[in-house]
Amino acid sequence: MAIMVGKGTNAIVQGITGSQGAFHTQLMLQYGTNIVAGVTPGRGGGIVHGIPVFDTVKEAIDRFNINASIIFVPAPFAKDAALEAISAKLNPVIVITEGIPVKDEIQMMEFAKQKGTTIIGPNTPGIITPNECKLGIMPGHIFKPGKIGLVSRSGTLTYEIAASLTNAGLGQSTCLGIGGDPVVGLSFVDVLEFFRKDPGTDAIAMIGEIGGNAEETAADYIANTKYPKPIAAYIAGRAAPPGKRMGHAGAIIMGKSGTAETKIEALRNAGVKVALKPGEIPKLLM
Amino acid sequence: MKLFEYEAKEIATRYNLPVPSGFVAATPDEAKAAWLKIGGLSMVKAQVLVAGRGKAGGIKPASSPEEADEVAKAILSMTIKGEKVTKVLVEEKLHSKYERYISIVVDRSARCYTILCSTEGGVEIEQVAEQNPEKIIRNRIDPVIGLQDFQSRTVANQLGYTGKQMTLLASVISKLFQIMQEYDAELIESNPLIETQSGDFIAGDLRILLDDNSLYRHPKFLERMKSLEPDMTPLELQAHERNLAYVELDGDIGIIGNGAGLVMATLDMILDYGGRAANFCDVGGGANEDRIAAALEIVLANPRVKALLINIMGGITRCDDVAHAILDIQKKMGITKPMVIRLVGTNEEEGRTILAVAKIPSLNSMEEAAAKAVEFAAQVK
Repeated sequence: MAIMVGKGTNAIVQGITGSQGAFHTQLMLQYGTNIVAGVTPGRGGGIVHGIPVFDTVKEAIDRFNINASIIFVPAPFAKDAALEAISAKLNPVIVITEGIPVKDEIQMMEFAKQKGTTIIGPNTPGIITPNECKLGIMPGHIFKPGKIGLVSRSGTLTYEIAASLTNAGLGQSTCLGIGGDPVVGLSFVDVLEFFRKDPGTDAIAMIGEIGGNAEETAADYIANTKYPKPIAAYIAGRAAPPGKRMGHAGAIIMGKSGTAETKIEALRNAGVKVALKPGEIPKLLM
Repeated sequence: MKLFEYEAKEIATRYNLPVPSGFVAATPDEAKAAWLKIGGLSMVKAQVLVAGRGKAGGIKPASSPEEADEVAKAILSMTIKGEKVTKVLVEEKLHSKYERYISIVVDRSARCYTILCSTEGGVEIEQVAEQNPEKIIRNRIDPVIGLQDFQSRTVANQLGYTGKQMTLLASVISKLFQIMQEYDAELIESNPLIETQSGDFIAGDLRILLDDNSLYRHPKFLERMKSLEPDMTPLELQAHERNLAYVELDGDIGIIGNGAGLVMATLDMILDYGGRAANFCDVGGGANEDRIAAALEIVLANPRVKALLINIMGGITRCDDVAHAILDIQKKMGITKPMVIRLVGTNEEEGRTILAVAKIPSLNSMEEAAAKAVEFAAQVK
């Protein structure tokens, strides 16, 4: 078992003809993901790594049985691509694109909410259910099937912790990045809710960072709902100074809110085991 | 990107949002001329992007043209929190009855814009939030219908205004949202919003923060961002031009890594081992040789750097590519500072072998690498 994606996921790649789209289509195919079609407006009729390219999502879904989309479309056109995927009732829609204006993100999320679509990202490494489905840009070989669910706001730090879990013999049910932007489709709470209901997930690794209050909200949720599965967390950014963006648009401490300390304290009070180094996560879950 | 107060007020004027009458001056002479145009008691305000200019002495009254000249001269020679003052705004001094607060912000958890307003203006809103949280009224803006006039009226009403004043304030709120939308701002804030003796509302101060990701829609500001980002250090500006996420810190260990989260985790670990990072530098996913070279150049250009830690978690980035890049750069630049390289992930064995042949040690544990970097930095005099 897993959450959101698995063996039954058939996906399209929007922006398949771009360099990133084409490159990762190949890697996702090699991993065994069912990529059945690609979409790039104006490039219909083409073929990328053996995958047919269509001008519109509608043409692709009329021809094939498709339920998910992964988007590599450049930022100025990403909102349109996401709205097209949501309109076609694809679910989930994974938005890898970085640098989308926040106004566009707000519109995307509202439309997704109305249509009941799950958006993963934007600015996410994607989602992987090991040995079943990889819809993302993560290196597949560091993940192994198992019972740990992993949710993160970051990219390479996710790989770091996934690799340490795998090395410690702890496989994963599903791993996903919710995205590094201020406005993203999934909160920690949303993902914890998915993992709560998933019989294939026994415990959760949660990777947060400075900025916003998604971790504090998750801590409230964990405490208030008596979350039934063990959670270990790591929060990056204890050494970050206020007012400076640490790479991600979302990773910025404003005034007194969004510091690593407030997040760590909130999570500890909710009974979450907090690691001070990424490498300590497996130990806390054993 | 932050706009200067005078830029924000120029925009406000175009939208008929009331602001004090004022003129920008880059010299004391211009400030004097501005005073004469206003023709009465004026405020001379340093135009800087850092906060806290008032406390730093960057806002002064001037009761005569001579005083405007004098005060402008003093302020124009100031550096406030590292930012040189190059312009002042000379503005009419308003006689306020009350100071209010109003802002529109991006609400991350609700995924929409939210209006914050308070009768307690003129002080830091964080302070109000802490001491009198009930004094801050929040209203979410529906992403589908946007801010409708009736909602602006409701907000004005909630602040206690009725009749004519309610309509005046509602119009201010609607205009703030209109500016926010048309300029792709992530924050617009008037603090204080001045209520005059005659009952009008005037934006005493106005802050606009543009969304960097939207600047391609606003070419004028994109140009300005490239040319002038006064709160950046020279190295941050260089990094910015070369598309690297680089933030200067006050320590002595240079850090380069791939991925924002991983680099932040590296900084934390350095701190835990008793060291201090000199910078945050993220070369991003799929970093190629050019990017790593650019990062090395910028990080090593900081004279405070005594030792260097490179932390690469190879996913899409291949460790052998990184190793080749480091060797090439070392040949070209002749790096003399002690360097610790942590290299794991895709093709890590090939990468380590390449480095080992060149007698550059590499590690596979992030903990060990951080500890080593702290040790190296401590050894350098």
